[in-house]
Amino acid sequence: MKPIAADSSSSRPSEADWNRIAASARFQHLLSVKKMFIVPAFVFFLGYYLLLPVLVGYAPRLMATRVFGTVTLAYLFALSQFAVGWTIAVLYLQASSRFDRLAKDVLKEDLLGQDTPE
Amino acid sequence: MSISVAVFVLFVVATLGITFWAAKRSRGASAYFAAGRKISAWQNGFAVAGDFMSGASFLGIVGLISLQGFDGFLFSVGGFIAYVTILLLIAEPLRNTGKYTMADVLAYRLRPRPVRALAALSTFTIVIFYMIAQMISAGALVKLLLAGSGIGYNTAVVGVGVLMMTYVVFGGMLATTWVQIIKAGLLLSCTLVIAVLVLAHFGFHPGNFFAAASRVTYHEQGEIVITDFLRPGLRYSPPYGPLDLISLGLALLFGCAGLPHILMRFYTVPDAPTARKSVVCAMVLIGSFFVMTSILGLGAAVLVGPDYILTHGGTNMGGPLLARSLGGEALLGVVSAVAFATILAVVAGLTISASTSVAHDLWVNVIHRGVERRSNETVFVARIAALGVGAASIALAIVLGPTSNSGVLATLAMAVAASAHFPVIVLSIFWRRFNTAGAIAGLSAGLLGSIGLILVSPTFMGIDASSTITAARHLFQTRPWFPLENPGIVSVPLGFLGAIFGTWLSQEQASDSKFNELMVRANTGLGAEQSVAH
Repeated sequence: MKPIAADSSSSRPSEADWNRIAASARFQHLLSVKKMFIVPAFVFFLGYYLLLPVLVGYAPRLMATRVFGTVTLAYLFALSQFAVGWTIAVLYLQASSRFDRLAKDVLKEDLLGQDTPE
Repeated sequence: MSISVAVFVLFVVATLGITFWAAKRSRGASAYFAAGRKISAWQNGFAVAGDFMSGASFLGIVGLISLQGFDGFLFSVGGFIAYVTILLLIAEPLRNTGKYTMADVLAYRLRPRPVRALAALSTFTIVIFYMIAQMISAGALVKLLLAGSGIGYNTAVVGVGVLMMTYVVFGGMLATTWVQIIKAGLLLSCTLVIAVLVLAHFGFHPGNFFAAASRVTYHEQGEIVITDFLRPGLRYSPPYGPLDLISLGLALLFGCAGLPHILMRFYTVPDAPTARKSVVCAMVLIGSFFVMTSILGLGAAVLVGPDYILTHGGTNMGGPLLARSLGGEALLGVVSAVAFATILAVVAGLTISASTSVAHDLWVNVIHRGVERRSNETVFVARIAALGVGAASIALAIVLGPTSNSGVLATLAMAVAASAHFPVIVLSIFWRRFNTAGAIAGLSAGLLGSIGLILVSPTFMGIDASSTITAARHLFQTRPWFPLENPGIVSVPLGFLGAIFGTWLSQEQASDSKFNELMVRANTGLGAEQSVAH
């Protein structure tokens, strides 16, 4: 079970390598950029999603309000969860192309050995 | 009937062909367990969707909506939304730091043996729960389809079991993935056709359809009642309904991110960006599917009616009965065959995840401390384990009958996953201080807490009237000790608390440089497992 294609096994990064990269300014920058997207996105979606069972459970009258014809607020709110999920997915895809670029920079810079902060 | 047999035989022939092809290509552990890590984003998206759109969701959730209206739809919403958790927190770090199983991520910087042993145990528990849910769907289908024919329920279950073992033992992950892709395509098309037929029945006026769904007529205790199925509260009513709903929400939200057969799929793609794209692709498929379950479920409530569903196959049969009322025996045949193929594929996915955990976590890493004594030993052990898991699930399916709703059962499996797996996965990726004692405490608290609460919940405890048939009786004839059907609201925090307090209370120092390594790997993909060239 040896990896045939890659040269990764011959030059496995050492403990010092991992620590150096983890401490580098570019890596810390990557982490903070990711955090800036992921934390608010996750908190928002968590809140928005949990609002559904909370409202359905504790305000069933309100949620039974008919909005269009016989379509209830509950059903529309449930459908909106799908829209929110898809929107977050698309936004994340867009943001992540930047994460990938930054991650590549971290590794490239480390290879060049010029660990200079921005 | 002959149509369902034809569709099913076609599926079996195609999938056996794939298994043969995959068996010839598969060389070595990475090929067997992770399809050589060469599955593309859209292929994996279909496979993940296929694993998740199980017999339990197609039959169980549509069935729930057809009997309890809007409240059943909440299962669909939660199942979909869970993928946001996977997308944002889990898929990429998992792909970058692990090899074959979820336990790889935990073993990365914790003491591997105890952590892997416990993770394998909880993987097994979740798989068995999920498997029971699928088998119950299969049983219900067979009962509906083969009533009066020569083929008995046991024969059908043995057939499914043998096929699933064939896929997994010979074809490994590559075959299982393609079986899943084909099935996802079939199931989605089938659902789309029925949804369009439902809307066509109402002249493509959604207003008319929803108007009918707001006046569903059926009998309750001998009286005719007319109920608005778009209104919440039919399943979850006070005093405990609202809490049970939040509990269900938590279990679904974090449970998918702990399901071993879903997580394993992210090891089959070449790198983290592909894993990410595959989640988004799966979200499109799963979301569309789950939106359509509301049309199918409400359609069944309106066009078939709860009365008829309850007397003709019961809680899991809303979908197939709707197909028959719209397209006659021909459509029923196709739908049943597709539903059967669905169960077959999901059961195969479950089997490979359980057998991988046995071989990779237990055999190689716990018992033999990470040393493969002979080449391909892991694959060999996994094949044996797959046979064992297959035999066990055939036996379970024969012992159990189609008595409870499979959607509910699958959700309980997710509650176990959300409580035992999700806290320790998240903490080991994101919490520097997290240590082995924390992982063990978290896994145990989540596992024992969720299973314990399920056992004393209304699912297993209740007092039945003496007229209830034996198969439908509660396991324990007493008033439930825990009032909620779903334990999530207690057991998920229990899993987190166990992990956090376990960490704080132990003297063990987490290794700083191991966490640095994990972080760099998770976020840059440096050192991640590569795809294998043929």
